[in-house]
Amino acid sequence: MQETKTKTVRFIISRQDTPDSAPYQDEFELEYRPNMNVISALMEIRRNPVNVKGEKTTPISWDMNCLEEVCGACSMVINGKPRQSCTALVDQLEQPIRLEPMRTFPVVRDLQVDRSRMFDSLKKVKAWIPIDGTYDLGPGPRMPERKRQWAYELSKCMTCGVCLEACPNVNSKSDFIGPAPLSQVRLFNAHPTGEMNKAERLEQIMGDGGLANCGNSQNCVQSCPKGIPLTTSIAALNRDTTFQSFKNFFGSDQI
Amino acid sequence: MAGNREFFNRRLHSLLGVIPVGLFLVQHLVVNHFATGGEESFNNAAHFMESLPFRIFLETFVIYLPLLFHAIYGLYIAFTAKNNTSRFGFFRNWMFMLQRVTGVITLVFVAWHVWETRVAAAFGAEVNFQMMENILSNPFMFWFYIIGVISAIFHFANGLWSFLVSWGITVSPRSQVISTYVTIGIFIALSIVGVRALTAFI
Repeated sequence: MQETKTKTVRFIISRQDTPDSAPYQDEFELEYRPNMNVISALMEIRRNPVNVKGEKTTPISWDMNCLEEVCGACSMVINGKPRQSCTALVDQLEQPIRLEPMRTFPVVRDLQVDRSRMFDSLKKVKAWIPIDGTYDLGPGPRMPERKRQWAYELSKCMTCGVCLEACPNVNSKSDFIGPAPLSQVRLFNAHPTGEMNKAERLEQIMGDGGLANCGNSQNCVQSCPKGIPLTTSIAALNRDTTFQSFKNFFGSDQI
Repeated sequence: MAGNREFFNRRLHSLLGVIPVGLFLVQHLVVNHFATGGEESFNNAAHFMESLPFRIFLETFVIYLPLLFHAIYGLYIAFTAKNNTSRFGFFRNWMFMLQRVTGVITLVFVAWHVWETRVAAAFGAEVNFQMMENILSNPFMFWFYIIGVISAIFHFANGLWSFLVSWGITVSPRSQVISTYVTIGIFIALSIVGVRALTAFI
């Protein structure tokens, strides 16, 4: 028999069985494999759901989809930081690796959360470009290439929820929609066709739970996995809404 | 406007913090600084402020009402936040937390300060150098005043930074960094003025 001790990886995972049940911790120890990420470790646990105490348990529930950090589904709190588990490489993480759900959102089960509120917010702020009509609207105005490249950065948002998790003003006591949908307003207002609905979007974020709830902690821009200039978007929207509110109050015969 | 009351309240809160409450704070600190020139110099300056025409209107519309709105709405804002500096120890997040903490400290301090001076004056006490000298001769009160004054100045300086962001004046990250340095400068300068005035009474 060989005496060599195999290298292992320890995980402490915050779990809960139903949306309303109390969370508890479960600890797992896995055999180390090179280039492991958090998802491959979770898959390994799923294959053999036995915790460190040797008890057989249920597989861990989590969300995932693209596995290349573009869909935003697999976000969770890893060693205290909200991020995508697909790009969380075990080699770069301190052990034991602690996994928790992003509790800003309602927890469905274990590490799986319900991010519906973000998609509802996108609908609220009309984060799209209306091009449908009863007749052919023809080609839209052209967008300068430089602007397209700039807008591309804002379009990288994958609604992952990390900025909402990091924001101290997004919590159960407030209705704040959070940085992600706000930045989308800036993206769609910058588009030559989207600009036609600029005032509508601005007025929406001037409503309850909107832009004014930002307290400038700037955690969002520091935490965004896509490096989106969220706080610049917010400040730019602050300027736009300032002008919009003056326009609304003092009036103008121009639409 | 009914549809966006929150937007209006927040913007009003931000504006009132600078104009007039912030300006009043600066003016108050500057007038207090006359204490460094001795008892007479302070009493003359205080007397000049007291004999401004329409004083009750100035006080009501420049100080009491804006301050009351800023304080009450500010408390609501402070208690809707869920601070997370332990998880996200970024500079701005600390400033966010300190802005709320100093706001509450300042409110407690200002309430006590108004009680001790203005309310006392309404009951016949005279607000002058001697009054402050008596108050600050108690070491506890002296440190209470130091903490209160520094908190108020911090809250003003950092609030000025977020005022510039909230109204869309500083948009680019670079302008926000520069305004951070400027507001740190304002914090230090006003703190020197405030602390010098306090120490002049002892």
